[in-house]
Amino acid sequence: MSHTLLAAAIVIAQILLLVAMGCSIVRMARGPRAQDRVLALDALYVNAMILLLTIGIRTGSLLYVEAGMIIALLGFAGTFALAKFLMRGEVIE
Amino acid sequence: MIRRWLPYPLLSLLLAVIWLVLNQSLAVGTLLLGVLLGIGLGLAYRVLEPPKAHIRNFLLLGRLLLRVLGDIVRSNFAVARLIVHRDRRMHSGFVAIPLTLTDRHGLAVLAGIITSTPGTIWVSHDPDLSILVIHVLDLVDDQAEIDAIKQRYERPLLEIFQ
Amino acid sequence: MSHLDALPPWAAILVTVLMLLGASLACIGSAGLLRLKDFYQRVHAPTLGTTLGTYCMLAASITCFSVLHGRPIFNEILIGVFLTLTAPITLMLLVRTALHRDREAGSDYVPKSPHKP
Repeated sequence: MSHTLLAAAIVIAQILLLVAMGCSIVRMARGPRAQDRVLALDALYVNAMILLLTIGIRTGSLLYVEAGMIIALLGFAGTFALAKFLMRGEVIE
Repeated sequence: MIRRWLPYPLLSLLLAVIWLVLNQSLAVGTLLLGVLLGIGLGLAYRVLEPPKAHIRNFLLLGRLLLRVLGDIVRSNFAVARLIVHRDRRMHSGFVAIPLTLTDRHGLAVLAGIITSTPGTIWVSHDPDLSILVIHVLDLVDDQAEIDAIKQRYERPLLEIFQ
Repeated sequence: MSHLDALPPWAAILVTVLMLLGASLACIGSAGLLRLKDFYQRVHAPTLGTTLGTYCMLAASITCFSVLHGRPIFNEILIGVFLTLTAPITLMLLVRTALHRDREAGSDYVPKSPHKP
């Protein structure tokens, strides 16, 4: 009983996260300004990381956790560079 | 002697612990590499000459972090409710807060706390005038917001860092 | 489903609740990106996903793997630590960027810079 519940919950959680990623992508496409797009990209990678964690639970593999860690670190560097670029027009001053 | 090899003991300890958690083992090799990493990166950090932080009260810092965790949970649900029932009359805006906290590390922790709590975000801080500007999603009363930040977060941070 | 059947019922229910809560918060947070009016309101929305949404999912993952492997596995906690440290920095930088660009554009909505008349 609790295991069918868990299996259903994994599917529901993954659908919710896909909807979340869809919302971020819509905001990224619509803009209206550059900072909105960068903010949406930031939300997109966090959602992707959470989705990887659910895939990890589903498959029982710890590899997805490591992948999530790398997304969390590289996504930060990416958003940081983009925000810096918007502020000054160059990434490294 | 200890200062020479461990200029930042807390940082080195933290790095070694992160290495162990990352590897999920306490084998001799991992332990040794963790200690080497802690010492090496601690020495490398000294080259940057960061200003030293003086944490006076670790117990208070722990209690503050617990309080922040509670606030994060509470405001998560508050902001979720705001998004779900979208209220057209919801007013959001900037609030200027005069601060007494001047320590750089204290300000950094305050910035992290305010931004991590959904519903409030750190906008700018003027070190000359010591005025902090934050943006509040659901702004009802400016003064209540100022008091909440000064009472809940700034006062413990003053005791911890200054 | 094979490996998840090894979970005892209490763990399965705990993982279910945490996972649904985390995914809902992340979803509401991203929906906020679409539903809120202007940039300064929208910047609050993704914090839901980066704080409690991620914490719940990490707790679910830690519970699941620790129970399955029969020993504490908690390297997920590092994701939480990294995200708690880095997410506020990105958001603050983005708000500063937006403020800078709005001031350059001469917007009346944002507070004026104290150093300029």
